[in-house]
Amino acid sequence: MAVLLTKKSRVVVQGITGHQGQFHTRAMLDFGTKVVAGVTPGKGGQKVEGVPVYDGADEAVRRKKANASIIFVPAAYAKDAVIEAVEAGIQLIAVITEHIPFHDALEFQPYARSKGVTVIGPNCPGIASPGQAKMGIMPNRIFRPGDVGVISRSGTLTYEIVNAITEAGLGQTTCIGIGGDPIIGTNMVEALAKFQKDRATKKIVLVGEIGGTAEEEAAAFIAKRVTKPVVAYVAGRTAPPGKRMGHAGAIIQGGRGTAESKVKAFADAGVPVAQYPDEVAKLVATA
Amino acid sequence: MKFLEHKAKEVFARYGIPVPRGVVASRPEDIVDPPLPCMVKAQVLVGGRGKAGGIRPANTLDEARTVAGEILGMNIGGYTVKQVYLEQRLDIGRELYLSYTIDRSAREALLIASALGGVEIEAVPHDQIFMEQVPVLVGPQPYIWRALLRKLALPKEIGDQIVDIAWKAYNLFRKEDAELVEINPLAVTRDGRVVAGDAKLVVDDNAEYRHPEYATLDQDRTPLEEEAHAKGIAFIQLDGDIGVIANGAGLTMATLDVLNLKGGKGGTFLDLGGTDDPAKVAEAFELLLKAKPSAILLNIFGGITKADTVALGVKQAIDVMHAKVPVVARIKGVNEDKAKEILRGVGMFPAETIEEAAELAVKARRGAS
Repeated sequence: MAVLLTKKSRVVVQGITGHQGQFHTRAMLDFGTKVVAGVTPGKGGQKVEGVPVYDGADEAVRRKKANASIIFVPAAYAKDAVIEAVEAGIQLIAVITEHIPFHDALEFQPYARSKGVTVIGPNCPGIASPGQAKMGIMPNRIFRPGDVGVISRSGTLTYEIVNAITEAGLGQTTCIGIGGDPIIGTNMVEALAKFQKDRATKKIVLVGEIGGTAEEEAAAFIAKRVTKPVVAYVAGRTAPPGKRMGHAGAIIQGGRGTAESKVKAFADAGVPVAQYPDEVAKLVATA
Repeated sequence: MKFLEHKAKEVFARYGIPVPRGVVASRPEDIVDPPLPCMVKAQVLVGGRGKAGGIRPANTLDEARTVAGEILGMNIGGYTVKQVYLEQRLDIGRELYLSYTIDRSAREALLIASALGGVEIEAVPHDQIFMEQVPVLVGPQPYIWRALLRKLALPKEIGDQIVDIAWKAYNLFRKEDAELVEINPLAVTRDGRVVAGDAKLVVDDNAEYRHPEYATLDQDRTPLEEEAHAKGIAFIQLDGDIGVIANGAGLTMATLDVLNLKGGKGGTFLDLGGTDDPAKVAEAFELLLKAKPSAILLNIFGGITKADTVALGVKQAIDVMHAKVPVVARIKGVNEDKAKEILRGVGMFPAETIEEAAELAVKARRGAS
């Protein structure tokens, strides 16, 4: 099996007619994803890669029974798109969009949660369950079905690590790019809980980075609740304090959010932490 | 977007938060009618101004000009003081603390207050701090103010003013897309008025499009970082000498970390993002060359990004800039063999792994010096 996204998921692409939306619709279809509809206001009636486009998410749900959505719309319209999807009855939403104002996320995240909807991201590469479905922008060829669950705050660094896991002869159940923003929908602890529960997942990889306390919370959760072997990597050991390292959430503030604190938390929880990205696959293979 | 104190206080005043009267000056001779007696305060985007001697009293116009002349041009935490703020001196009875930030874990606003202000909140004993999450979907409800007043245990006249300020600061926090609104000290004067002694305001960069008026505010960026910002390139200058360029924030950070483990030190963080447009790559590379690195470490994991077009951009920049900097490139992804060929053609060292690339970069730098 896989977590959150499976071959049964019926995906709608919000922002399907944009450059990114079109490109990744093709890639998601190639991955085997059931992309059943697209949404772009004012462009209903068109087709993208054979996928029908509607003016609103409600129509995609009503006519194509869409139950999961991937959002590519520009940052200024992302809040609107998320709430539209929630109201239409979508259950799982991956927000790829970067640079969404924090205060918009402070509104749509609790709103989606209050309606029981799972949000992944924003500012994330999405989610992929190899052999089943992908709702994201990760390159298809790095994946292979297997028993490793991957949770990451980053994009290309995740590809690097997933690729190494695949090259080591292993594979993944699901890879969740939880996002590099300060306010994300599904956090590390929630993703860990899903993999702990998933029978097909035997090992878990966590890719963290500086900023916030997600890794410290994850480490505490692992110590208490996770029985499967976990391997971690933390990016930003040499990042200076007070600087935003590319991701809005990757910032050491007031002495909090340092890599040392995160590495120590994992070590205290008995989680091996790789020094080099390439080391992750080796640690997973022997975990 | 960070605000200097006087800019933050302008915004505070718009929301009705009491602030002392003040004037800003960048030259002593520009000071004509300061509120007297006053405090002359260095305007810099870093903390620790007081300890550095950047906040001093003045009683007369002459004294204000002399003190301003001494503070202007001072170096505080690496920043040169370009402006001073001359502010009416308060007769302070006690100092409190109030702030709003974003609670990342709870996905809510976080109100922090204390009856012990004027020092860094990190230095205040935990049991003296009031901390309450505010769900932004519904905003602060009266119970929050009741709990705040119980914790601070102040006389009613003072408490009422604090609740009023807390409300106004919350409105500011929300409407201005703030990441941080901090009033420290929140001063209580001897005649019982509650006034913002200092003001810290940071507005979310992602919300700049909603607040175009703030785009021109001076930020604590180096000239090169400023240039990068204007071009929309994620670029940070660091204190090492090897220029690091990669695609993706996480991968760029990881590359810097690997370089460090191999005995090198990164001089730049440059995240190319998802682009493989040769013109954009060239632009980013030119920026990197301006930072005068001793060597360049390029690390691309091209999932969708085409490795060969990235390589073309790199070649273009090297040609244009006539750069003689050793470049080590590790490129993986679509058309990677073609990319390696292009890079070899301009004398670069291709590497297979990040670790190998980092080792080569450290060696190349040594060879150069």
